[in-house]
Amino acid sequence: MTSVIVIGLIAAGLTLLTIAAVGVLRFPDFYTRSHALGLADTLGIGFVLAGLAVYQGLTLTAVKTVLILLFLYHLNPVISHLTLRAALRTGLRPWTRMPR
Amino acid sequence: MRGFFFFTFVVVAALALVYLYRVVRGPTMFDRLLGLNGISNKAVLLLVVIGTLYDRLDMFVDISVGYTLLNMVGALAVAKYLELKGLP
Repeated sequence: MTSVIVIGLIAAGLTLLTIAAVGVLRFPDFYTRSHALGLADTLGIGFVLAGLAVYQGLTLTAVKTVLILLFLYHLNPVISHLTLRAALRTGLRPWTRMPR
Repeated sequence: MRGFFFFTFVVVAALALVYLYRVVRGPTMFDRLLGLNGISNKAVLLLVVIGTLYDRLDMFVDISVGYTLLNMVGALAVAKYLELKGLP
């Protein structure tokens, strides 16, 4: 039963990480790429770390794994936001479909 | 179960190569910073997966906590520097 939960969580996380990587590879602009990294990557890392914590059982190591999960889950969007704000303030124009 | 963790390791390492492509090829400085952030996230994940694979997670998870905090502080410092000084 535990292994089913672990495999399900890690498979969901790997799917989301693959989606994030495809988005970073294919999107046309820095802003859209940052959207791929900030949303899908954060949730994918959360799922994979949750699966590994469930695999450990109820130990101190699992608590530390959940600690890493909480750090990444809160800090990755903050870093993404700060990078986006820096890009906007240095004058990087967002991509539009229509040529200016 | 061990085979599945090895599969996870291989997939995450392959995804880090995708972000490395973005670091090398990125048109602007911010794309390189974004790729660096992605690689650091994948490195944290790889440390935990390797620890699970070797059954020594109690040793690897401390390194992973430190690596998380250092990566975040480094990315924050670079982002604030670029925001205050502009692009070099």
